[in-house]
Amino acid sequence: MLWIECPHCGTRPFEEFRYGSVFPVTPETITDPDARNVDYAWMQDNIQGVTLERWFHESGCRRWFTAKRDTTTDTFLPLDD
Amino acid sequence: MNEFVETLLDLPWQTCDPKPAYDVVIIGGGGHGLSTAYYLAARHGITNVCVLDANYIGSGNSGRNTTIIRSNYGIPESVRFYQHSLELYQGLEEETGSWIMHNTKGQIWLAHSTSTARTEQTRALMNQACGARTDYILPDEIKARCPQIDLTGGGRYPVQGASYHHEGATARHDRVVWTYAQGALRKGVHIFQHTPVTGLVTETSSSGVDRVAGVQTPNGIISAGVVLSAVGGHVSTVAAWAGVRLPIRSHALQAFVTNAYAQEFAPIISSNDLVFYVSQTPRGQMLIGAEYDRQASYRTSTSYSYLQACSAKATIMFPFLSKLRILRSWAGVCDVSTDFSPILGHTGVDGFMLSTGWGTWGFKAIPAAGEQLADLIATGTPSALIAPFGLDRFANEAAMADPSSAGTR
Repeated sequence: MLWIECPHCGTRPFEEFRYGSVFPVTPETITDPDARNVDYAWMQDNIQGVTLERWFHESGCRRWFTAKRDTTTDTFLPLDD
Repeated sequence: MNEFVETLLDLPWQTCDPKPAYDVVIIGGGGHGLSTAYYLAARHGITNVCVLDANYIGSGNSGRNTTIIRSNYGIPESVRFYQHSLELYQGLEEETGSWIMHNTKGQIWLAHSTSTARTEQTRALMNQACGARTDYILPDEIKARCPQIDLTGGGRYPVQGASYHHEGATARHDRVVWTYAQGALRKGVHIFQHTPVTGLVTETSSSGVDRVAGVQTPNGIISAGVVLSAVGGHVSTVAAWAGVRLPIRSHALQAFVTNAYAQEFAPIISSNDLVFYVSQTPRGQMLIGAEYDRQASYRTSTSYSYLQACSAKATIMFPFLSKLRILRSWAGVCDVSTDFSPILGHTGVDGFMLSTGWGTWGFKAIPAAGEQLADLIATGTPSALIAPFGLDRFANEAAMADPSSAGTR
């Protein structure tokens, strides 16, 4: 079973949480404003490795928090790593 | 005696190493890559083609899906495209002379509430208008087609009705991959297994990548007139080598089979409100799947919590399932596009094409996507069937949003 470290409630089972999203980043190399809008609305970094993302403790304290996760294994890493 | 080993296809592998240059190099030896290679050779006489796979052919999502073939989608462009694919599947055994275990079963898409019943009625009418055979049916007919169903849904999910897709079918996933590989190899296409592509050969200018001219492998560079990425799951990595940003997020989709059920379970059954689907494999095992994992992930292992949640949903509608045991489970990495439709064709970079965004609905599209992409590579212009699915649709405000038809969301 997967466990997630909630900053408020401690280690809780995965099922209590809802995935938000990664922080969307539009690359600086895209300069045209229209192209930046399209990128922001649709495009994804889809990182294979460690990502910073938002999670919601839906069945717990119901607060959003930032987590660091390895997308190849779904393991959560300490934020200060 | 295993019938599947008994009837293995004869694959006439080439014995040479990769040539230094090909007209077309296809990254990914799954159903989509191999069908494109087959149709390039069979329909257009383009045989100077090479397919590269990092592992063995069909080892990615072609070997991890639930083998459902249907065309009951929610937007006209999709219905026409998948209906063409469904018809190509129906004729594939005759065309290639190879048995893919194609079995037309019909698909029942259950509605448990008034609003989903309305959705299914709309789906039936829209499908009929676009050439797919779908009818709205009532609980009596559902029970007649599938006696195992509990129409009360455990008291909580009563069945209001369903859309019935007459031509819903299944086929053996491995045999589809092998059939296309065999057809392509016989016509002189080269297929190299265990040959990962580690990068693209690009020509760049100040405005970024102008042209893709080949691929890099551990054994050296292979030049190509056209490079087609038919990669599943990891397509963002390949596209990034060409400087192409994709509206793709990778999610793991899990599924499992139970031990054999001795009786016949005739149709394929999906549920709109519960989000799961059940069918029976030729071996008698019950094949069950549900929605993909919510978080973006490249993980290919299954989780107990998923198996538990999915089993709970399936046993509500089919109480007999609780007597069976889970035999095998697996997960595949799905390239889910942000509008839930595939992305096919040109990328804006010369010499680089894509077949991606297949998410959880790629198996049924293998013949049509291969045929139409082969046509695009041969002629340079996308046909009317795939023109709406270009990558440029996002910038042109013409996204093909169809989330409800994925059946996995």
